[in-house]
Amino acid sequence: MKSIMKPILDLSFRYKIPLWGGLLIIITALAVSFTLIINSYDELKEDLLINSETMGYSLKTTLFPAMLHDDIWRAYEIISAPINRAIDGSNPVNAETILVVDSALRVVVSAHPKSAPMLTEMRHLSPEYAVLADRITRMDGRSSQEINLPESKYYYYVTPISSENAHLGTLIIVHPKDVFLPRFTRIVGRGLSVGAIILAILLPFNWYWGQRMALPLVMLTARMGEISRKWPADLDPELYVYRDEIGKLFDAYTQMLRDLKDKGELEKQMVQSERLAALGQLAAGIAHEINNPLSGMLTAIDTLKCHSDADQRTMKTIALIERGLTQIKDTVGALLVEAKIKSRSLTPQDIEDVLTLITPMARKKALHIGWHNSLDEDVPLPATLVRQILINLLLNAVQAVAQQGEVAVDIGIADSQMRISVANDGKMLSAEQIAHLFEPFSPLSEGGHGLGLWVTYQIVHQLGGQVTVKRESNNQMRFTVSIPIGGVA
Amino acid sequence: MNGVQKNFHLIFRKKFKMKNVPFGNKIENKCNKKLPSSNMMIYFYNKFILLQIFSIIIILFASSTVWAEENSEPIRFGLTPAIIHNQYGLLIDWREYLQKKLRRPVEFVSRDSYRETIDLIKQKKIDFAWVSDYPYVYLEDKRLARLLVTPLYQGRPYYCSYLIVPSSDLTTKSLLQLKGKIFAYADPYSNSGHLVPRYQLQQAGEDPNRFFRKTFFTWGHRRIVEAVAQGLVDAGSLDSFVWDTLSIIQPDLTNQTRIVAKSPEYGFPPIVARRNVNRADSAAMQQALLDMANDPEGAKLLKRLNLSGFAPGDAKLYDGVRKMMHTMADL
Repeated sequence: MKSIMKPILDLSFRYKIPLWGGLLIIITALAVSFTLIINSYDELKEDLLINSETMGYSLKTTLFPAMLHDDIWRAYEIISAPINRAIDGSNPVNAETILVVDSALRVVVSAHPKSAPMLTEMRHLSPEYAVLADRITRMDGRSSQEINLPESKYYYYVTPISSENAHLGTLIIVHPKDVFLPRFTRIVGRGLSVGAIILAILLPFNWYWGQRMALPLVMLTARMGEISRKWPADLDPELYVYRDEIGKLFDAYTQMLRDLKDKGELEKQMVQSERLAALGQLAAGIAHEINNPLSGMLTAIDTLKCHSDADQRTMKTIALIERGLTQIKDTVGALLVEAKIKSRSLTPQDIEDVLTLITPMARKKALHIGWHNSLDEDVPLPATLVRQILINLLLNAVQAVAQQGEVAVDIGIADSQMRISVANDGKMLSAEQIAHLFEPFSPLSEGGHGLGLWVTYQIVHQLGGQVTVKRESNNQMRFTVSIPIGGVA
Repeated sequence: MNGVQKNFHLIFRKKFKMKNVPFGNKIENKCNKKLPSSNMMIYFYNKFILLQIFSIIIILFASSTVWAEENSEPIRFGLTPAIIHNQYGLLIDWREYLQKKLRRPVEFVSRDSYRETIDLIKQKKIDFAWVSDYPYVYLEDKRLARLLVTPLYQGRPYYCSYLIVPSSDLTTKSLLQLKGKIFAYADPYSNSGHLVPRYQLQQAGEDPNRFFRKTFFTWGHRRIVEAVAQGLVDAGSLDSFVWDTLSIIQPDLTNQTRIVAKSPEYGFPPIVARRNVNRADSAAMQQALLDMANDPEGAKLLKRLNLSGFAPGDAKLYDGVRKMMHTMADL
């Protein structure tokens, strides 16, 4: 049993809810129809009994004088009238035949004299009539009675023809048992068609409702199954707008997905910043190690230049070495970002100067720069570093953008943070590229040595701030820097 | 419906629908002709002419009397099973015809048994009646009524008795083969439906009261045909005129029966006048009936009645019946 039911119970809710609902509706409809049908069958039988009783009584009353006067023709007319009247649909309980027997159980008259001739012994008519005759003999001769022989195809309704103490004979009304079959069939047909109409209305409604219930669950299940592999597509919030358990499940799922995504993002960022921090430490360490002997070498060369009278060729070589060493120093210096330089506070003019500085380059590419500077007073941040951040970001943007491109700059203060935002409509970066954007000697860098963003990142971090890169929906790459004011470590 | 006392006026409302098949006079009268001799016919004819002249004078006198007295007392006319029962539409039309001709109201009084009609005449509750031969002879002999007219069936004032069995019975050839069977009589006072078979049995040396296993009365000739057709009885005896007429208007009923034997001819069931009815009324009624054949409307009614007319009756026509009655000691 369990194994038969299992495939059914394993079905998707999509089918299970409508199927169970449909099954219940059908069972209910059938149960109601059958109850009504059985009820009406009983009523029909009751009708038949009442009909026979009434007919028996009225026939008996008129038969009594006819039998008393031996008026056979009258008796025949009386009993054949209900048989020969036109049968119409309204009278389904027409008797098949009516028989009158005398007290010796001989046929006095029958509505069908050919099958039950006058004066025949009732017992000789058929074995069934013989049984009936025994039953009549046992009756008290006063009250009428229905006789239902189980094997017989007929109901017999037996009425004694008597008045006071005079007993003249017995009236037998014979109904075929299938007499109300046509009417019963009609009732069954009507019951079933009403049932069919109810099903025709309820089943599609049930199907729709089941689907409506199951679909959110089905979609939720599919998405939750996907989570381990990839971020599933967003659910349409219109799919289920009600505040019941399914609606709440939706909310919980959406919340959970958002939390998971945030967590993933955070992890990624942490990995990235840890990597950059490690790189920074490494770079700073190497720079320090290089810087010390480098300073010695440069001092030695300087001394050699001043106090030696070496020939031309040697001087040339020394100069060559000096340029090489200076280049190493510059490079190392660039790597070794030192934010702890004492600097004056940033003024709004400092920012405007950067625009002036960048304008000639922008003009060369015929760029449009959207400039929005909302600073109106001095900000207690080191002016040199902030300027350098802004310059780096602007240079990067100008470089990324194509001819006649667009660059938008937004500078302001919010929540005691200075916010610098630079957006460009240049080449869009992939997530992979964004992950490695702030590493030194970036392969994305064209022209420069690829340290601009690295330096920016290092400065921002040393000022306790954050840099983020986002692909905007309007096909722009936006770099946002936020630096806490006054909270500099 | 105790005693089946159906007043015609009550039945009138029931609106029975009868097939008014026009009767053709094609059916050959197959009764065993015994009586008619040409002398007799001439005698009838002469008497008929005389009576007619006489009647016209009487009618002229009578109608002026009626006019003078403004007699609106209804004439009551008794009907018995002698004619076909249930032809109510026809009876209404016939009554209206008579009212028009007699210029006074006519009431039809229907009774299911001859005995009741005889009693009505005795009690002077009816003035005229269409009865069977037996009641007529009885009434005549008791000086209660006299012969008014005899209907003519296929031009002759005769009819006979038919012995019928169900058409499924192919063996019965005569009345004597029906010993121990169930037999239906029309009426105790019927000639064709009671007296004739009993007389025949007696003549054959049988006891009519013991010959059959069971007998009963149907109180009507038409019902004899129904009882035999339905198989209620093994055989029955009835008026030949009724069977012949039914074979035209309801052939599916008569087809279920078979005529086994036909009796000798007897005078056709006559219309009688109560002995002490006003002579003028009697003459007027007689004339109205005799004139029917010559009146277009009357002729139509006669056709529907399956009769060819009425003739002034001759009591001698019924001597055969009288003889049988004496033999059976019914008088």
